[in-house]
Amino acid sequence: MTTAIEFNNISKQYRLGLVSTKTLSHDLNRWWQTAVLHKEDPYLKIGSVNDRSKVADSEYVWALKNIDFKVEQGDVVGIIGKNGAGKSTLLKMLSRVTGPTTGTIKAKGRIGSLLEVGTGFHPEMTGRENIFMNGAILGMTKSEITKKLDEIVDFSGCERYIDTPVKRYSSGMMVRLGFAVAAHLDPEILVVDEVLAVGDAEFQKKAIGKMQDVSRGEGRTVLFVSHNMASMKALCRRGILLENGAIRFDGSMGDTIELYLKGNEYKEDGTILSNVKCLSNEIKITKVLINGKANRIMNMPFPNRKLDVEIEGELLNDIHMSIEAKLFDSESVLLAKFAPVLMKTEVPKVTKGRFKLAETINLPYNMTNGEYRLQLEVSHPNVQYLAVIPDAAKLVLSDYITPTGNSLMYNQNGMLLLQ
Amino acid sequence: MAQTVSENENWTTIIKPRTGLFEVNLKEIWDYRDLLTLFVKRDITVQYKQTVLGPLWWLIQPALTVIMYMVVFGGIAGIPTDGVPQPLFYLAGVCMWQYFADCLTKTSNTFVSNAGIFGKVYFPRLIMPLSNVTSNLVRFGIQFGLFVIVYIYYAIIGLAPSPNWYFLLFPLLVVMMAGLALGFGIIISSLTTKYRDLQILFSFIVQLWMYATPIVYPLSQVVGKQKWGIDVAKVMCLNPVTPIIETFKHGALGAGEFIGWGWLAYSFTFMIVTLGIGVLIFNKVQKSFMDTV
Repeated sequence: MTTAIEFNNISKQYRLGLVSTKTLSHDLNRWWQTAVLHKEDPYLKIGSVNDRSKVADSEYVWALKNIDFKVEQGDVVGIIGKNGAGKSTLLKMLSRVTGPTTGTIKAKGRIGSLLEVGTGFHPEMTGRENIFMNGAILGMTKSEITKKLDEIVDFSGCERYIDTPVKRYSSGMMVRLGFAVAAHLDPEILVVDEVLAVGDAEFQKKAIGKMQDVSRGEGRTVLFVSHNMASMKALCRRGILLENGAIRFDGSMGDTIELYLKGNEYKEDGTILSNVKCLSNEIKITKVLINGKANRIMNMPFPNRKLDVEIEGELLNDIHMSIEAKLFDSESVLLAKFAPVLMKTEVPKVTKGRFKLAETINLPYNMTNGEYRLQLEVSHPNVQYLAVIPDAAKLVLSDYITPTGNSLMYNQNGMLLLQ
Repeated sequence: MAQTVSENENWTTIIKPRTGLFEVNLKEIWDYRDLLTLFVKRDITVQYKQTVLGPLWWLIQPALTVIMYMVVFGGIAGIPTDGVPQPLFYLAGVCMWQYFADCLTKTSNTFVSNAGIFGKVYFPRLIMPLSNVTSNLVRFGIQFGLFVIVYIYYAIIGLAPSPNWYFLLFPLLVVMMAGLALGFGIIISSLTTKYRDLQILFSFIVQLWMYATPIVYPLSQVVGKQKWGIDVAKVMCLNPVTPIIETFKHGALGAGEFIGWGWLAYSFTFMIVTLGIGVLIFNKVQKSFMDTV
């Protein structure tokens, strides 16, 4: 196999104060705030800092530092990482939208980049005209587009409106058309940034299917960036985990995702109370206990499947409210909901001053072993959320063994053993 | 060892932190010629979509401008037009100047107004200003058609001024206009990525520039005049647009005297130098402008 792309010691430095966010409006605002009004840069405070400590001069920040890797021809690489880890910057440099500060990138073959769906669409032009426009911007020649026009139109599913200006399109149709053009690009190297989650469910499936064909069947080199772990797993063989502008892990996609999600895990230290987010200023929460404990890890060996939840606090007004809970798996997929008041006709009214709520959640005994996350909520169902405690506790269920001696794990068997 | 192997391979794309000053990839621009034509087509068709009069607006604008000039400069101010009928004199100036000014303002916005596209996809950035200049050329062609029609009208009623051989320079003059506008435009666009003040200042300067160019008055009005011991006409000819406009008016309308090959060569050199500097700066800026725009 030959190398298709080579990143040699790539770094990208941004100067604080001139650092670019993604949108022009932000930049204009920043320019206005800093240069004209002499205020602090409004975006730096919320922006993420990429390992600034390594650099002596704190005026600079490294968005990417010493990135070094090779991609074989025909490889499908998924790049994952938190927001601001440097994923998009990396793809932008490969797409030649912005240049690296140090290092070189070498590539073999035409690079087609898909950092956005429908770049260059003009609202006044028809769908057909925009296919040509967008195609040409992405690097196709006119004859290539003409050859593929029918295919593109067919893929987009917008035949009927193809001669209508795209300003009359629904946003979903626009995105379909844009993706359809991009999906029919023919470069040797394809760079795709977070554009798979477009359109309705049907189209998303189609889009991911198309990307699978492109990356598997046609032997093209593809670099994906996405936060959708399921599609990344389906599409990519190799994964790269970026963290604070550096490569933290490079290996199979499965391992990479596992490591990434572990990194996502909440800090196990701290109390449940430290995670409380009050959404109303009428409520203050002073104490949260699960099974009489305040810490955020709950070991539940079989047959212990009971959760006693106690929430204490203060109210400024009389409010209808009750405890609800949601159960997630470690990849944040919602599994179940606990909402006792939904079974009652009325939500109890709690009088102002100090209050104490308590509920008991009985998890089904046939729940499989594994790690689950519990989110607690104090709310008036269908009216308002008063407080949320995301990741209130990690539940570690264990020792559930079937009569035949099998220990069923969530990862392999799902949440319940059906009867 | 891997390093040495890879260096022997044939990389088609090498992305480096800085490009050399003179690495302007003209072949790449040629490869994207389809995109250029599409941009030109877009600029032309989109401008008057959903209007009733459509491209007629391209004729209405200069026509109204000329009428205004006839009233203000020809009528109220009483500025002579070298014996040429006023509509022809003003129309010649307006068409030429409008082409220059449109190219200039549009091109000088290249980076700022296209940041959305430029931030998402790569294509040779010079395609944008080149398409501006080309699409404005179409517009200029249509407006020049108006000039020809008015000329024919005056020929029929027997008042047409006689053109001369200098008129054959016309294509060269248009190229010089385009080159100057492109050159100045891309220099400004490169500088405005960091400092938008220039953009505001520049749109203002373009307005003033018109009055420093013999559009609404003939150059013959200032010939021989002295101010602080300086020949005013000579100073005005330092404006590279002046010789172009004057040559055109002289060639097409026989207005005034031929400005002389010296001044024309000066304008031409000015155009080449501006364009050269422009392309170099533009090339330099396009690499990093996304971080500063």
